[in-house]
This record gives sequence, C-alpha cells and structure tokens, in this order.
Amino acid sequence: MAAEAFHIRPLEQFELASPGLIGRSVNFTYSNIVMIIGAALVLALLYYGAKPRAVVPGRLQAAAEMAYGFIYDMAVDNIGPEGRAFFPFVFVLFFFVLMGNLLGLVPFGFTYTSHIAVTAALAVLVFVVMTGVALIRHGWSFFGYFVPKGVPVALLVLVVPLEIISYLTRPVSLSIRLFGNMVAGHVMLFVLAGFVVMMGSAGAIGLIGSVAPLALNIAFMGFELLVAVLQAYVFAILTCIYLHDAVHLH
Amino acid sequence: MDAVAATKIGAGIAMFGVAGVGVGLGLIFSALVSSVARNPSARNEVFNLAILGVALTEALGVFALLIALLLLYT
Repeated sequence: MAAEAFHIRPLEQFELASPGLIGRSVNFTYSNIVMIIGAALVLALLYYGAKPRAVVPGRLQAAAEMAYGFIYDMAVDNIGPEGRAFFPFVFVLFFFVLMGNLLGLVPFGFTYTSHIAVTAALAVLVFVVMTGVALIRHGWSFFGYFVPKGVPVALLVLVVPLEIISYLTRPVSLSIRLFGNMVAGHVMLFVLAGFVVMMGSAGAIGLIGSVAPLALNIAFMGFELLVAVLQAYVFAILTCIYLHDAVHLH
Repeated sequence: MDAVAATKIGAGIAMFGVAGVGVGLGLIFSALVSSVARNPSARNEVFNLAILGVALTEALGVFALLIALLLLYT
C-alpha cells in the first residue's frame, strides 16, 4: 500500500465554483444556486400553504401559519406595535439565514452563510436599517441614545465613546457570530470525517476503531442542526432588539 | 522556533478563551434552574431567555474556535 501522507484540508470545502459558461462570466456560483433553492423552498411553503384557506388547517397550511405567526409574534413582541412594518424584513432575514444554515447539512448542499461576504452583507443591511430608522424617526436626538440616563457628568467622557463603540460593533458581532458558527461547525464535521478515513485505512483494527469518530460525527451533526436553527433565531431576534432600540431610543 | 510550530501552539493557546464561555453558560443555567424552582409557571418564558443567552455566549466561544481553526488551517 502506498504510504503517502493524508492531509485533512477542511477549508477547501468553502471554495466556490461557477458552473457553466454564464456562471463563469458573471460569477454565478454554487452558493447562488443554493440561495435560489432556499428561496424557492420558502416561497413554495408560503404559496402552497396559503392555497387551501381552510378554517381548520391541514398540515402544510398549519406549517405556513406557524412560520408566519412565529416571526410575526417575535417582531411585534420585541419591537412593539410598530413591529408590523418590520415584519417582512425580519421574516426574510430569518428564513434566508435558516435556509443557508440548513441546506449546508444536506448531502451535496452548501452553506452560503459560511462566507463572511454573505453574513457581513446581511449585518451591514441590518445596521443601515436600524440607524436609518432611528435617524428618520428621531432626527438629531438620535445621538442622545449614546448618553444613558442617570450617568454622572464626570463619567460621560468614558461612557459615551464606549457606547458609540459598542453600537458600531453590532454589525461586526452579528456577522462574525453567524459566520464563525457555520465555519467552525463544518470544519469539525470535515475533520471528524477525515479521522474516520485515516483510521479506516490503517488495517483491520483501524477499521473497527473508526466507528468512534463516525459515531461522534453523527452526534455532532445533530448538534449542528440545533446550531443552524438557533443561529437563525438569534440573528432574527437580535435584529428585532436593535430595531426596538432604534424605534424607541432606549 | 519555526513559524508552523508557533501557529500550532498559538491555536492551542487561543482555545483558552473557551473557559470563560463555560463559566458563562454555567451561570446562565444556574440562574435558569433557580428561577424555575422559585416560579415553575414562568418556565417557558425564562427558558426562551436562557436559550437566547446561550446563543450569545456561545458566539464568543466560536470566535475563539475560529481563530484557532484559522491558525491551524491557513
């Protein structure tokens, strides 16, 4: 048997390829294809779920209503009555991130939220929306947000720059939280799978021993499913909390 | 020491940050258990807050893991 070294290169799974001639000329990559698949799945859920219009919903209609109701309650509970205006935005954010996280766990799928370009774009979008809403609603008194009530004037020199910096790091933390969770999760899955291959090619004892990283990988896949849903929920609920701050300025 | 060895040692040192995340998660769940013990009817609401707290805290652990993985594999 050839004794060549087996290197685990987990970061290569995130590289993109553009299929076809059109793909290569406009950089339409596999990531974009999965985005379109995710959007089509959510649109199909909503369209075919809303079609029956039964008073007592069947399964698909109940699923569509639960998806709608979950995000609607999240938006209105966290932002207040003005949350109705932001409901489509939060809905799209939640389901875009959810599809990105979940479709990567399916075989031959791709986690498009594992690219900092995608998560940073989403985070900057949330930042622009929350700052824009606050500026439009409150005008120049938006900058009073950085001066919390009840702080003695002497401490303001410290507190105001700290508040400004923590406001400006919101998009950074939003994007890196989602990106880091997805990259770390998929790297772990890849590395454990690499261990299975490495042990399996080490003779008969290795083959039996390779069940251990395989079992760990299966358990870790379950954890990754939880993390996928949780990270989508956290992204959406943090957006709602930031919009609450923007609308109510405290 | 050569650069490759230094990056691997750095990856190990970077994971020390996860200790703080462990402490934070323990604090969150100890508060959850205390509050459910005091008021069992508030369980669902408090559980949602606990899950939100877990996701936010784990994000910091993931930042540390990300640095370690970047050091190891690039």
